[in-house]
Amino acid sequence: MSIGHTLLGLLESGPRHGYDLKRAFDAHFGHDRPLHYGQVYSTMSRLLKNGLVEVDAVEPGAGPERKRYAITDAGVTDVAQWLARPEKPEPYLQSTLYTKVVLALLTDRNAAEMLDTQRAEHLRLMRGLTERKRGGDFADQLICDHALFHLEADLRWLELTAARLDRLAETVRA
Amino acid sequence: MTPEGSLLSAEALHKAYGATPALDGAEFSVHPGEVVAVMGPSGSGKSTLLHCLAGIIRPDSGTVRYGPHDLTRLSDAQRSALRRSDFGFVFQFGQLVPELTALENVALPLRLNGAKRKEAERQAREWLERLEVDAVHGQRPGELSGGQGQRIAVARALVTRPRVIFADEPTGALDSLNGERVLTLLTDAARDTSAAVVLVTHESRVAAYSDREIVVRDGKVKDMLAGLI
Repeated sequence: MSIGHTLLGLLESGPRHGYDLKRAFDAHFGHDRPLHYGQVYSTMSRLLKNGLVEVDAVEPGAGPERKRYAITDAGVTDVAQWLARPEKPEPYLQSTLYTKVVLALLTDRNAAEMLDTQRAEHLRLMRGLTERKRGGDFADQLICDHALFHLEADLRWLELTAARLDRLAETVRA
Repeated sequence: MTPEGSLLSAEALHKAYGATPALDGAEFSVHPGEVVAVMGPSGSGKSTLLHCLAGIIRPDSGTVRYGPHDLTRLSDAQRSALRRSDFGFVFQFGQLVPELTALENVALPLRLNGAKRKEAERQAREWLERLEVDAVHGQRPGELSGGQGQRIAVARALVTRPRVIFADEPTGALDSLNGERVLTLLTDAARDTSAAVVLVTHESRVAAYSDREIVVRDGKVKDMLAGLI
């Protein structure tokens, strides 16, 4: 999963402090692995350097100054491109796909279209593997079958999620 | 994909069962030698689409073009004749005639089209061999395994050398190995004879045998290649 893109996506709804970003990330995506503060600040530094976010305000506190970050136009474009680009189908994609769906819903983008694009990419790879099986030897067939079963599992998840988008939207926007 | 050069195409199909819409402006096209998977959740309208394309049912509105014909304007008898001569069908549960042997089942479409028994059975044996089930040609459906029965159903669909084959969940009742063999034999045979295949399935592994897929949702068709709904 791309933490940079995820934090950028979370900033689309409005400027946030690093602490708020971590809280939002953990609430949506950090069920098993909450984000470390260090990761938030190192990621924000990189995004700042690349012009994808800017410091919207600096507030003095008891400790170090608190920076509030805002997404730039370049950042919005970057998120849009990331969401529209299908992931290379490979095992254990679910966390990235889930993140993309949730962010698409949070930013009012077309999550169904995103799922369809990914679905087409998965099926394209499955076609290639099926064709390879036709001409391959027995070992080749077993290797292709392993990949096909994994891709099929992803596709079933994509279909199930597409069917439950309305419910997911209600949950993440609550 | 545009209907240009297509063998079979449909435009603006609407069909409702009572107050329930099954097709809501569906579009479709398939070219000679092309295998198109029709996917979608249960109740999305994919079987209704197949039945309209095959002339089994008439849509409430819209057109289904096959060669010079608009299937929606043909009489029941004309559509029935066209189905016998130009279309082949494979369903989830073979639907073989239980009283006939495997050979007689495969020869049946040729006999219905007027072929002599000897010639019909000669051609039927060729397809049974190709589908790797010639050894059971004398057995009746009740004596066959699911995989054998489905291969015989495929042979029966192909024996008239149809230009379009409609397959509705053709491997839904088979295990993985048998299902894959049936799909390989079906799609190979279709491509060899330049027949188009309309393959209704909810399984992605089955759809992976197609050249492209469309998805039916709420009676509308999305062509995954064109990305349009």
